[in-house]
Amino acid sequence: MTRQDDDRAAELRHEAYRSLLGAWALDACPRREAAELAQHLALCPDCAEEATRLRNAAGRLSPDEPLDPAGSLRQQVLDWCLARRPPQLPVPAWAAPYATETAKLDALLRDLGPEEWQEVAELPWYGGVQRWRPAEVLGHLTAVDGYLAPGLGLPDPVPGTAVTAPARVPAQHGPTSRPPVQGSPAAGVLERTSRLLAVQAGLAPGTVRAQWRRQGHALVRSAALRPQGGATVDFGFARLPLRDAFVDRAFECWVHGDDIARAVDYPYPPPLPRHLRLMVDLAVRMLPVALAATRPPVAGPGRVLRLVIEGPAAGEWLIPLDGFDTGGPQVAELVLDGLEFCNLVAAHRDPDRIPAGEHGDRAAIREVLRAAPLLSRP
Amino acid sequence: METAGPVPSWDEQIHWRLAQGEETALAELYDRLAPLVHGLAGRILTDQTAAEQLTREVFGQLWEHPESFDPRQGSLRAWLGSLTRRRALDRLRLDHTDDRELRRRAGAARAQYVVDSLPDPLRETIALAWFDGRSYQETARQLGITDQAAKQRLRLALQLLATELADEEDES
Repeated sequence: MTRQDDDRAAELRHEAYRSLLGAWALDACPRREAAELAQHLALCPDCAEEATRLRNAAGRLSPDEPLDPAGSLRQQVLDWCLARRPPQLPVPAWAAPYATETAKLDALLRDLGPEEWQEVAELPWYGGVQRWRPAEVLGHLTAVDGYLAPGLGLPDPVPGTAVTAPARVPAQHGPTSRPPVQGSPAAGVLERTSRLLAVQAGLAPGTVRAQWRRQGHALVRSAALRPQGGATVDFGFARLPLRDAFVDRAFECWVHGDDIARAVDYPYPPPLPRHLRLMVDLAVRMLPVALAATRPPVAGPGRVLRLVIEGPAAGEWLIPLDGFDTGGPQVAELVLDGLEFCNLVAAHRDPDRIPAGEHGDRAAIREVLRAAPLLSRP
Repeated sequence: METAGPVPSWDEQIHWRLAQGEETALAELYDRLAPLVHGLAGRILTDQTAAEQLTREVFGQLWEHPESFDPRQGSLRAWLGSLTRRRALDRLRLDHTDDRELRRRAGAARAQYVVDSLPDPLRETIALAWFDGRSYQETARQLGITDQAAKQRLRLALQLLATELADEEDES
């Protein structure tokens, strides 16, 4: 080896040690590398000087990361601001649950460490249990949220999807759902999910999270430009007005956020009462569809069940049992807590064991309790 | 680093949207910068209720007067950090906190404030390595960057921190 080669090698080693100084000052390099660097520092005044400077700077860092703001502070701050200057472009009431639930899930994700991103969450639905890591849950949420994208002029995140803008229909009133088309509702959802997960395989969790978050922001912003919420979203197995579709997506974001939180053993608060009420209301309006799927429709005015929801989302609803007409005789009353009802609809509770107040026709009550989880999807 | 150019930076876009009165812009701003504002307020005021109150006021200030921020003068993160720090210290003075205690808390918050004001990639990297106690290799894996890039970011972040803190000592 020539002397020039020696100098060149020494220079390279010097650069390699120098680049390690930041990690060393933060105690972020393995012991062996730290020991080698210490030997170099004894011989190299340049590196030694920078090492001292960076160590001193690191010494000024507090050992603890500041406390995250409490989740409840978000709404307080937004309300405080909006009371002082009303927004020119408000978030429609029907998109607010989605905006809030996605922000809540994002705040949980911010705290996940590398090991927690590797935990496997269980996502029960009536057809089984999906087992996904948090980033895969986000991929799933991105894929299904993506059903809303084309109608709002946004790109579909799932590759290979034919982009067909759904037909615009006037805003509907009253029951908005219709019986599902043939085939399992889950099949299309799972197929879209697996196509997106295939593309996202190998991406860092932070990248998947950013993609999900970016689409969520774009969806809410587009919703604010369409306060009527009348466009129709085609989920493949059901078509919902945009305003209902947003509530549906908020519901799933909460349920799956809770699935992730369970897997990593973090607390996860329920939706705000006014948002929970919108979710209960949507589920109640979908129930006749689930009931109809269990048996053929009955001619004439059918039986009606009164659902009394207790708790923060308290309210009363009439559920037609034999079709879509609430004009028939009321045969039973079912009293449930709002959160429990939502958990039942998400197939996160056993319909035969859920605590409920029951009055009247027990068979009718069983029909409703057992039909509710049929609304669940992966 | 967010730089001016043909594509508006996040700062410029959010600032424009705040001025337009977009509620979604306020929410996105909160989600990104509330940990900074609340964390800094908590570190200086050492009181949860006071920190939450100050967080409301700081976001309220920007929402009510978006024109008070000028994207050409620096990043929104640095601007909000500076506003929070100033207001928090004002509050301590109102409470007749003595000068030595005031300087101690301001100093403790200073390093935090500098780190909080670093560009996102540097801040994320230093947070993983320091607060979470990860090696630079683990940090690199978590962020999906090379080991070399992680080392560079840690070194650059500390160099910036050292320079800022030295400047401050010169001033005082």
